[in-house]
Amino acid sequence: MREPETAPRRLSVRKTYKLYVGGAFPRSESARSYPVSDVSGAHLANAAQASRKDVRDAVVSARSAVAGWSARTGYNRGQILYRVAEMMEGRRDQFVSEVAASAGESPQEAGDTVSAAIDRWVHYAGWADKLTQVLGNPNEVAGPYYNQSAPEPVGVVGVVAPPEDPLLGLVSVLAPVITAGNTCVVVASERAPLPAVTLAEVLATSDLPGGVVNVLTGRAGELLAPLASHADVDALDLTGATTGGREEAVELERAAASTLTRVLRPGATPTDWHAAPGVARLRRFVETKTVWHPIGV
Amino acid sequence: MSDLFDYAPAPESRSVVEVKPEYGMFVDGAFTASAEDGIVTVNPATEEPLSRVPVADAEAVDRAMAAARRAYDTVWGPMPPAERGKYLFRISRLLQERSRELAVLESLDNGKPIRETRDVDIPLVAQHFFYHAGWADKLEWAGVGPAPRPLGVAAQIIPWNFPLLMLAWKVAPALATGNTVVLKPAETTPLTALAFAAICQEADLPPGVVNIVTGAGETGRLLADHPDADKVAFTGSTEVGREIARTVAGTRKRLTLELGGKGANLVYDDAAIDQAVEGIVSGIFFNQGHVCCAGSRLLVQESVAEEVLDKLRGRIERLRVGDPLDKNTDVGAINSAEQLRRIQELVDVGGEEGAERWTASCVLPERGYWFPPTVFTGVTQAHRVAREEVFGPVLSVLTFRTPDEAITKANNTPYGLSAGVWTEKGSRMLWTAQRLRAGVVWSNTFNKFDAASPFGGYKESGYGREGGRHGLEAYLDA
Repeated sequence: MREPETAPRRLSVRKTYKLYVGGAFPRSESARSYPVSDVSGAHLANAAQASRKDVRDAVVSARSAVAGWSARTGYNRGQILYRVAEMMEGRRDQFVSEVAASAGESPQEAGDTVSAAIDRWVHYAGWADKLTQVLGNPNEVAGPYYNQSAPEPVGVVGVVAPPEDPLLGLVSVLAPVITAGNTCVVVASERAPLPAVTLAEVLATSDLPGGVVNVLTGRAGELLAPLASHADVDALDLTGATTGGREEAVELERAAASTLTRVLRPGATPTDWHAAPGVARLRRFVETKTVWHPIGV
Repeated sequence: MSDLFDYAPAPESRSVVEVKPEYGMFVDGAFTASAEDGIVTVNPATEEPLSRVPVADAEAVDRAMAAARRAYDTVWGPMPPAERGKYLFRISRLLQERSRELAVLESLDNGKPIRETRDVDIPLVAQHFFYHAGWADKLEWAGVGPAPRPLGVAAQIIPWNFPLLMLAWKVAPALATGNTVVLKPAETTPLTALAFAAICQEADLPPGVVNIVTGAGETGRLLADHPDADKVAFTGSTEVGREIARTVAGTRKRLTLELGGKGANLVYDDAAIDQAVEGIVSGIFFNQGHVCCAGSRLLVQESVAEEVLDKLRGRIERLRVGDPLDKNTDVGAINSAEQLRRIQELVDVGGEEGAERWTASCVLPERGYWFPPTVFTGVTQAHRVAREEVFGPVLSVLTFRTPDEAITKANNTPYGLSAGVWTEKGSRMLWTAQRLRAGVVWSNTFNKFDAASPFGGYKESGYGREGGRHGLEAYLDA
């Protein structure tokens, strides 16, 4: 007797894609998952399908991480963001294959996308210790006062990742939020969530404290409403919230108004994620605090 | 004590200002006819009717918005920035020249003491126009981007507590950045806005650049909802702010909101107590406490609480409450009967919930809307007087033992507009200022304002900043 020739010498170990909440990789509390396909419709893997309860847990975890992360020095935050770039570089092949499969890009294009995503982390790593100088200043008041304005993180930011660009788009909206000292709950691209989960694995091994970034995969229609209306979310980046049409973003902005949550609306035209990011996104997720003190002896 | 400090009455003369029995709105450079069924504005110190102004309906708001759009497209937008700046410099000078008249008019219409309108409000109003005038031709250096552009037509709605100052905070940056405006003053205090309109005429400001429509909540709603507004700027209650945020959702309109506050004033045990007491008084009794950034929650370290409160009561006893036009008056009239009822209701609740009420023994005038300076002790964080904005001369006192406890209590509010810190230790001051979730932190001072200093809140105190370099962002597309 001999074994059939078709049997593999080794059965591959498939990856189970999970959520990233509070620095851990839980399954959805709802115990659901959903199939993820490539652009041609072929099955790639199952991803965790988060629930409203997962949204709430992620917000709790993001809130608890605010004090520690925002108190780090800009220099230290920059070191950690640079470390993210280093860790991504080490896993670039995996990112390239996931981006190629999920976004339908050629290996060449996917390689460029991954390079751009890595370089974006390097770009923001250099912002972390300069933001206060660029966005803050002393104020020339008409009296004997020391008067100083400086940016501070707004707190917990809900981020709707751009669905059409599952890696570079995601990094482009996520990095500025945490560079400024905020923590966040990210809803990944519904159709192509796999690069987001792999990015979460990179973040988990980059000295980024647990809870600073929380990544949820699942149905945008189910997750965005509770995120937008959550009273403990301080700001929302709705850049990616146009899958269900423009009305979706309007509904979310309206829900956010009840607690005066700051909102970054989706642009009128699609964003070119390969273009230089500028400072606008950093500015949207900070508050300006002004401190007065008399001058005298 | 009151015998020792008895002053003869020293009233400011009303003769510097002529209040006409009725005014129209200011649209496209001209005053419209006044309507017979308009709003009557009264002097809150005497309940005497001062004048009548019309209520702008949808048609009137449309007309004002169209005038602003036309002025933006044909005159104000294309004008060289340095020329725009010169109009603002002109306005600033006219405000200074007419400062006495404006101060008296503001005190008459609003009820605030002449000491404040003369020494605080009107000088700041002139400074706001002077400061922003200089920005007009320097916007590319403001740090918002290399080629900032105006947004277009701004719809602006302001409250009654600082009628002319809030106008200046809205109009000066909007014009300096190249926008045109339609502004609605509060229904109880429209007169200085209309006096400002006359100053725009005197400055030869092109018609339509500034339009003033009068009315109450419904007019404000028409303005904020107007499809031709590129920008909505609102200062007022958090409740109305939420409503505006909801209606602006999904439109292209940019929005800034300056809303309520419940400012904490922290006094550490090493503070210079006498100075702290002065700061507590100006924090809560300035402008009768009708201040969104008022220090309405005093948080005093337990070991010095008794000393601070003794001195505070003594100081409050010496505040002079009464005629707003008297130069020696510290606390004027409550702006309206409605506001007086609201203060009364929250103060009654404070008593019912078990906080201990202390009231200054001042004699209040028989006519007009008055409320004596009031302090609640034994207040807990759950009490309504510690959570809700009273917007009146009512202070709630809480105590703390450790700096961490002070921060926790100070930040335990949905608001985040202002806070105060009193300590002689620099490292403690900076530690505290860093942790307070508030847009403005006054250390060893309180209620200081300046055109160059950004003002605005965290959390439910609204979004955006007014004043300084940061305030320009609200009116620029960059």
